[in-house]
Amino acid sequence: MKQTPFHPRTSELCELYNWSLWSNWLLVDMYAPDHTHEYFAVRTACAVFDISMIPKYHIHGPDALGLLNRIVTQDVSRCAVGRVLYTPWCDDEGKIIDDGLLAHLDEGSFRLTTGDPMLYWLEDNAVRLDVSIDDVTESLAGLALQGPFSRDLLKQLSGEEIEKLAYFDITKTKIAGIPVEVSRTGYTGDLGYEIWVQPQHAVQLWDMLFEAGEAYRLIPFGDFALEMTRIEAGLLLTDVDFNSSMKVVHEFQKSSPLELGLGWAVKLDKEFFVGQEALKQEKARGPAWATVGLEVDLNSLEAIFAEFDMPLYLPPEAWSEAVPIYSHGEQIGKATSGTWSPILKKSIAIARLKPQYAKPGTVVDMEVTIDAQRKQAKATVVKLPFYDPPRKKSMGSH
Amino acid sequence: MTKNYDAIIIGGGHNGLTAAAYLAKAGRKVIVLEQRHVLGGAAVTEEIFPGFKYTVYSYVISLLPPRIIRDLELPKHGLHLMPLEGAFTPMEDGNYIASYADEDDTIDEIRRHSRRDADIFPLYSNLMYDLARAVRPILTMVPPDLRRPGMDGLRTIRDLGKHVQTLGKEKFHWLTKIMTMSAHDFLREWFETDVLIATQASIGIVGTMLGPKSPGTAYVLLHYFLGELDGALSSWGWQRGGTGGVSEAIASAARSYGAEIRCNAPVVQVIVQNGQAVGVALENGDEIYGKTVVSACDPKVTFRKLVDEKDLPSELVQAIDNFKYRGSSGKVNLALDGLPDFPAMKDKALMRAMQEICPSTDYLEQAYDDAKYDDFSKRPFMGCIIPSTVDPSMAPPGKHVMSIFVQYACYDMPSHGDRDQQRDAFGNAVIDTLAEFAPNIKDLILHKQVLTPWDIEQELGITEGNISHGELMLDQLFFMRPTPGWAKYRTPIRNYYQCGSGTHPGGGITGTPGRLAAMEIIKDGK
Ligand SMILES: Cc1cc2nc3c(=O)[nH]c(=O)nc-3n(C[C@H](O)[C@H](O)[C@H](O)COP(=O)(O)OP(=O)(O)OC[C@H]3O[C@@H](n4cnc5c(N)ncnc54)[C@H](O)[C@@H]3O)c2cc1C
Repeated sequence: MKQTPFHPRTSELCELYNWSLWSNWLLVDMYAPDHTHEYFAVRTACAVFDISMIPKYHIHGPDALGLLNRIVTQDVSRCAVGRVLYTPWCDDEGKIIDDGLLAHLDEGSFRLTTGDPMLYWLEDNAVRLDVSIDDVTESLAGLALQGPFSRDLLKQLSGEEIEKLAYFDITKTKIAGIPVEVSRTGYTGDLGYEIWVQPQHAVQLWDMLFEAGEAYRLIPFGDFALEMTRIEAGLLLTDVDFNSSMKVVHEFQKSSPLELGLGWAVKLDKEFFVGQEALKQEKARGPAWATVGLEVDLNSLEAIFAEFDMPLYLPPEAWSEAVPIYSHGEQIGKATSGTWSPILKKSIAIARLKPQYAKPGTVVDMEVTIDAQRKQAKATVVKLPFYDPPRKKSMGSH
Repeated sequence: MTKNYDAIIIGGGHNGLTAAAYLAKAGRKVIVLEQRHVLGGAAVTEEIFPGFKYTVYSYVISLLPPRIIRDLELPKHGLHLMPLEGAFTPMEDGNYIASYADEDDTIDEIRRHSRRDADIFPLYSNLMYDLARAVRPILTMVPPDLRRPGMDGLRTIRDLGKHVQTLGKEKFHWLTKIMTMSAHDFLREWFETDVLIATQASIGIVGTMLGPKSPGTAYVLLHYFLGELDGALSSWGWQRGGTGGVSEAIASAARSYGAEIRCNAPVVQVIVQNGQAVGVALENGDEIYGKTVVSACDPKVTFRKLVDEKDLPSELVQAIDNFKYRGSSGKVNLALDGLPDFPAMKDKALMRAMQEICPSTDYLEQAYDDAKYDDFSKRPFMGCIIPSTVDPSMAPPGKHVMSIFVQYACYDMPSHGDRDQQRDAFGNAVIDTLAEFAPNIKDLILHKQVLTPWDIEQELGITEGNISHGELMLDQLFFMRPTPGWAKYRTPIRNYYQCGSGTHPGGGITGTPGRLAAMEIIKDGK
């Protein structure tokens, strides 16, 4: 079990001792009873999540751009210094291995953050290239500072410059004198930043943030609240909404980025990249699946509960066990994760359906079980994301 | 003389706006006319002191039905409801009692005071839950007219009877008790901890000119419990930016369906021709014509100010004149330099809860004693929240706003002098009492807004400043709200409708009178 550099602070605040393991790193699920407070802090004030455990690779040298462009599906040559790209990457068959953020730090210098450790894949593809790949997972600590007031707080600590940081920009700056890198990115779908810092400064950074953060009601948030926000934001999670093709053995368990609604991040016309040919063919014949949002019809759910003489009950946690989706009795796909959205007052899910059912407005049936009895509630197909406040990308105020 | 509308709605409170949204959604051409410079009525947020936003009147939300939230797609229009942490009640001996969103936590807290009460609490909340379920359908239906029920009415009454029977004998017995008893006596049958009874009973006195020992207050308990069952939150909560945010969201929905909304447009008269409403006259002399006129104001304004007595049957005039308002609640809003310190508060998360000043049942009853004789309580019941503890948009960084709901204050309190003197004396009693439990409060106050029932009437036009547009008493509810025969949102004047909190199901941020009235108007083919 590994502890992040923020552990002295997170462990102090995690009153509930509610931890889980993520790639053998200790991760807080929720700090105090009722994680919805943490959820609302993200959507109303600001909150921090410890992201230190994310695998990180510093890729630099003359062929860094070439290597990355060969691996990922996005066109890295379009990513200027000071910008960040979201990108998936695939195997030869065009099946997704993982996705992550690629930051262009300096001329010929990049940092890739991934879901799973990826050193082997990076090195394997770098044969005969003039490029260095350093695993910096443990030499960089990170915090995601998210929420409508995150900008006000950062501005107070690092100056007006932060105002100019656009969505998916990255910059080197100082927070209360501590050197950091700040990108305007996150996994909550809200206004927010990710801050990278040398581990030896981590606790000090935490303290400075919280000292100034009190005025903005800053609190830490754990994985339960993060799950709710990332589902609202329509962002997929590895091992939940899709599997890495490297980790599963059966073909049917694999997915392509086109099936996952990530076609916008696949630049088929760029120079060669792993999986390109397979993806071109897939595009031509049309993907087998489409990834969509589902909004559960609460009236129909309420009617099911009424059969049991129970009032409608909606658990406040996100769920991530796949649930079958039907149309006229025939299974047409599955919902891979979902949550009650306290802010939208809707029960929402991310689902993978046969493409003919993916049109927004299509009504499908979603399995629900009450007292171990199988029932079907109506749900409507919608476009992702479910929640997309203008402040996420805007340069203005909250 | 301007264009012709299908519906002219008088009053841009949240019920008027809800009616407008439903009518516009159904394709009607609608205009809302609000006298004030802002929308929302009693659900309004105003920046009275620069940088600080006051949720001026109402402050917490629980009764807004999911149905309305869904129908009008309110989250899309800015509805942003957050749960309250619970409640915190400091006691005079330095101890306290708290309740939490999580029932297990609440029970554990009660156990500090009484093991017996802790064990029985789940039974009590199950009963309340069942009783609330039994009466719930009432709150979403158009009341039958018992004098001329018609087939529909008879069916409604029969269904209701059947539904209530599902409760079973024992619970039905409790239902009759809760409909008639005082909150204090009802709760005494359950609990032995005085401060627990006080905190529960305080719910029963909200907005009434009754004490916790007055019969009828147990029902009010149930009325507010309904939110826990059917509300959007299943607990009390707050809206980002104050309750004005709810009105703004409804207004935005109404506009998105095509409704026109005008502020600074006081209506002085409903224009009636041949017993039929045809339009309204504004204070500025403009006249606006339409097929229906809908008053979202209280019954007195609806029937006694906006129309002529000669257009109404005398029995209705009499009934409206007898309708009880008796505003009994005041409000104090504070801009604070920092957080108040309650020495009794051990768990600081309770800063995000409601801080209630009701340390004992005697304290509550004594607060009522003062009010019986046209006075404010020397030591009043208070429900305080500090929205800025979760919502930084309410105050500048590091500063806070506190909303204090105060029970009791009377409409006339002549022993204190003129209106300004009455207000000052009332405001001082509130702060002095609060300072007994949070001694640093006086040092923190940057600005103070004090509202007596009279002030509420001046600002919002609600008769005697009653928070529910008329007391929530059994004889003024359901098919008797505002008066038997006229509880179905219609009036004796053709094409003139009512949709404010003075109609069924009454006060609170529910939107239901607005929705039900709109449904009836649509049903009438208007
Ligand atoms: C101090 C206070 C605290 C409260 N606290 C809570 C609470 O915490 N939770 C809760 O659920 N409920 C609370 N309530 C009750 C709740 O706020 C009201 O019942 C509800 O908001 C009333 O809504 P409405 O639309 O029926 O009427 P109102 O909000 O009263 O709206 C009527 C509107 O009509 C306008 N108007 C009046 N006359 C005219 C005219 N001649 N021409 C044009 N416009 C006119 C008024 O300006 C007003 O905007 C509180 C009320 C008060 C006063």
